[in-house]
Amino acid sequence: MIRAIAMSGLAAAALLGTSGAVNAQSGELVLYCAADEGICRLLSETFQRETGINVLMTRKSSGETYAQLKAEEGQPRGDVWWGGTGDPHLQAAQEGLTSVYESPMLDQLQDWAVRQAETADYRTVGVYAGALGFGYNTDLIDPASENAPKCWADLLDEAYRDEIQVANPNSSGTSYTMLATLVQLMGEDEAFAYLAALDDNIAQYTSSGSAPIRAAGTGETTIGIVFMHDAVTQAVSGSPIQVVAPCEGTGYEVGSMSLIEGGPNPENARLFYDWVLTPEAQELGAQANSFQVPSNMNAATPEESPNLEDILLIDYDFALYGSSDERSRLLSRWDQEIGSR
Amino acid sequence: MRQALTLVNRLGGLWLLVGLAAVLVLPWYKLPPPDTGGGASLLGSALTEALAGRWWLLPPVLAMLAFAGLRLGRGERWPAHAAVPWLAGAAAILYLGQAFGIGLRGPAIDGIAQAMPAAALGQPGLGVGGFALGIALTGIIADSLAMRGFCRGERFAANAVIFVITLLTLFVFFPILRLGSAALFTPDGVFQPGLFVTRFTAPDLWGLDCLVGDRKCGVVINTLILGILSGLCSTALGLALALIVARTGFRFKGALRAISILPIITPPFVVGVAIIVLFGRTGVVTGWLDLLFDIPRTRWVYGLPGILLAQVLAFAPITFLVLLGTVEAINPTLEEASKTLGAKPFATFRTVTWPLLRPGLAAAFLLAFIESLADFGNPIVLGGGYDVLSIRIFFAVVGARYDLGNAAVLAIILLTLTLSAFWLQTRWLGKKSYVTVTGKSDAGLSAPLPDPLKAAVYLAVIPWILFTLGVYAIVVIGGFVTDVARFDLAPTLRHLSTAFAFEFGQFGLQLYGSAWDSLQTTVLVSAIAAPLTTAIGILTAYLIARQNFAGKGAFEFGTMLSFAIPGTVVGVSYVAAFNVPPVDITGTMAILVICFMFRNMPVGMRAGIAALSQIDRSMEEASQTMGANGFATLRTVVLPLIRPAIFTSMVYAFVTAMTAVSAVIFLVSARHNMATAYIMGRVENGEYPLAIAYSAVLMIIMIVCIAIIQLLVGRRQLGRRSEMHKPPAALPAE
Repeated sequence: MIRAIAMSGLAAAALLGTSGAVNAQSGELVLYCAADEGICRLLSETFQRETGINVLMTRKSSGETYAQLKAEEGQPRGDVWWGGTGDPHLQAAQEGLTSVYESPMLDQLQDWAVRQAETADYRTVGVYAGALGFGYNTDLIDPASENAPKCWADLLDEAYRDEIQVANPNSSGTSYTMLATLVQLMGEDEAFAYLAALDDNIAQYTSSGSAPIRAAGTGETTIGIVFMHDAVTQAVSGSPIQVVAPCEGTGYEVGSMSLIEGGPNPENARLFYDWVLTPEAQELGAQANSFQVPSNMNAATPEESPNLEDILLIDYDFALYGSSDERSRLLSRWDQEIGSR
Repeated sequence: MRQALTLVNRLGGLWLLVGLAAVLVLPWYKLPPPDTGGGASLLGSALTEALAGRWWLLPPVLAMLAFAGLRLGRGERWPAHAAVPWLAGAAAILYLGQAFGIGLRGPAIDGIAQAMPAAALGQPGLGVGGFALGIALTGIIADSLAMRGFCRGERFAANAVIFVITLLTLFVFFPILRLGSAALFTPDGVFQPGLFVTRFTAPDLWGLDCLVGDRKCGVVINTLILGILSGLCSTALGLALALIVARTGFRFKGALRAISILPIITPPFVVGVAIIVLFGRTGVVTGWLDLLFDIPRTRWVYGLPGILLAQVLAFAPITFLVLLGTVEAINPTLEEASKTLGAKPFATFRTVTWPLLRPGLAAAFLLAFIESLADFGNPIVLGGGYDVLSIRIFFAVVGARYDLGNAAVLAIILLTLTLSAFWLQTRWLGKKSYVTVTGKSDAGLSAPLPDPLKAAVYLAVIPWILFTLGVYAIVVIGGFVTDVARFDLAPTLRHLSTAFAFEFGQFGLQLYGSAWDSLQTTVLVSAIAAPLTTAIGILTAYLIARQNFAGKGAFEFGTMLSFAIPGTVVGVSYVAAFNVPPVDITGTMAILVICFMFRNMPVGMRAGIAALSQIDRSMEEASQTMGANGFATLRTVVLPLIRPAIFTSMVYAFVTAMTAVSAVIFLVSARHNMATAYIMGRVENGEYPLAIAYSAVLMIIMIVCIAIIQLLVGRRQLGRRSEMHKPPAALPAE
């Protein structure tokens, strides 16, 4: 038996020792993808086919990915973090979790994408943009009627008691974007008063940012507050969803990408980084039912995408609302005034 | 083989050889360390690294060389020398000191870098050599203690005890301590002990507003309310089921037993999803009620009622198994005596049967209560605005504000609640005597239930059966129709092919489905974890039941602790402890296997202790008198007699590894993703059909594997007696 213990012990030691060492192999890329599963899979498969580099992809929400980076700070396991709202990317940049890289592709990118990079001293870059809005179920609300919601203010209507869903800003970048948008649009105290009034109509704060619109698609709820491109995805796949850009104006996200500081495959990471900014890679979105606006000026915007020029967009202050202090402050105020109601 | 063993012993024992290999030949680190400039180190072993400037690696090398010298001077019984335990102990302390003192980015204390400049470069995690030395030192300490009378000088037992203790320390206590210390730091890593009090007394934890006002209660209160309600309802339903099976002429008893096993092999989330599909606002049942009776569609299922429903569905079978044992063990002569003395059936039930049921009821309640506290899958799917601790811990780690310290405080609260319930349970069952099974004749017939009680029992059980059938009908159908949530029942294999598409192309079999990776990892991890879990569980049971050694009580408590810790807490503590050197194993498959081993071993251990207590020691004594050593006795006498316990443990370990989610969700990585983590992502995204299809596949795999395990373990042969059927052990704290 001593022999058996010893053999299993040695085997365990070998397992522990070697399994770690495999991480350092070349020809691999560990991708943390914080967007929709479909586009995540399509990007990693296409890159793998074109370069022969084996892509290991995990899909998590942007909050979860940020948390993972933070937890792995001592020894990063990932190479690239692609997708998800820009704020956690900026926060990671501020904390030095991601590394500086100026891609040769930068001069092909839209202003907002470059501005995102500049805000973070080139520790991140914009890969797509999408405006915040909401969608409602057209079986439950007639889009032709006068009462159909068109503005943020309409959502406070008593008719929608327990009929609206939105994500919890503590777990979802989408919902944090909404919080920051309302603060910039209305002023902080007014925004919290609005959210408190809206809380009466909210049935559930979900953990995933796009879950509310799926619930609206099946009729579990009437209205879901989400990024408009997520609502479009539902509508395209056959759900009775009407997409709305709020009349008062709205904020937007710059979906971002960062290189993880100290990742195991830095060269492949840069290869992916440059590749994913090319027009060809960015046009893959439409194939995977992701209707964000791509950041490369030469990439065609999918027809179904909400046109950013037609939407009243606020001048979103990414630097301020992406900083950890402001973020923590707003989130704890939300916890106190809304979350614990 | 025997000759090889003798040769190894003549050379000074296995541990000496392993230790020498560890310091002289094997690579010490898992990755090549930063270059010290002191000459390239050829093998990367401790000796060459020490010579290249990492002088802190020298003590273990010298200790192993000293042992080798002792072997040459003293012969085969060298570990008996008085200096050996001291020397090995000192080497172990220095070994641990360097491992924890010098991290990846440099030493923890500034002084070290001045004494040894190479330390400033830092060192990566331990590799094969590093771990092998730890094993060798542990073995040498165990051998030397055995030669000084530990475990009555039984070398095998001494080694087993010391190794199990070392492993428990490393994989149970160390992570919990690491997590506990995180509770004292701010999110930025500043040490601030006062913060613990602030976090612990936060108003959103303990608020009682929901009882008096219309605001929400604190999360701890929520958790307790849910736990108590869930415990009460599950116990009541479990009792009703047990009474039906044991005390009525109900016709479908076999079916009832079969249904009651289902929740144990059901992956998490799928019950919650099925409940939404049935009772959500656009649910199937809700739709009928609206159509037939004009009952308005509401969203009642999101929140406390929904979670409660899902938990009662899952836990009632466990309480049923516990209570069935209690009901069947009641000696019918007691009830007959009551009847003979003129008591009416209901009076007999109230004054005789009920008091005898009480310990079983308490055990069942506490079990369901503990399960409810630890439950993660149901609240996250059905929670709505109802916040419980396991979910709050999850979001404290993965939410937008990463706060390990806060997660640690919440985890400590949850752990305290769970341990208190465990303690109550052992107290309650330990003290009183409810013996009714005696050697005296119990030839009486058990009394049938009084009629009103019978009606109540049927009233409780029949809706439960319908409900369970409904839920599993959704599971069976949901994965193979277009969209069960929108009631689009056109049959399709689309979901299955999204998950499990494959083709036979020019390169042979090619797997394209998105779920293949996670399925392969899950089956592999479960298949590795199940025998290892069983081995360590049964070995521990043997040590506790058959060996006497100092500190046995603490040893037993330690093994149970890993069972009591809720899964979310285990996950967070493993991340906190094993993401940095020296034991740097996050992102590997090993951490998944290890996590399952130590979480699930107590079940095998309990089953093993129970089985061993039925077997007279005289058979083992006979074996030892005839010259067999401890290991040979265990292998040839004990193990064949406790096959049912081995089977229980294997099945349990395998099934929990397949369905566990709360701990695993923190430990999966891009390379090693698990099925439950994949399913959770699909559920979060609202892709219910895919989640249901995958769950159905997992359940089929589990049923097949249980049958295979049954075949492999086989049955024990006890004379001509037929084997008693044993109920499986309880589920773990998820």
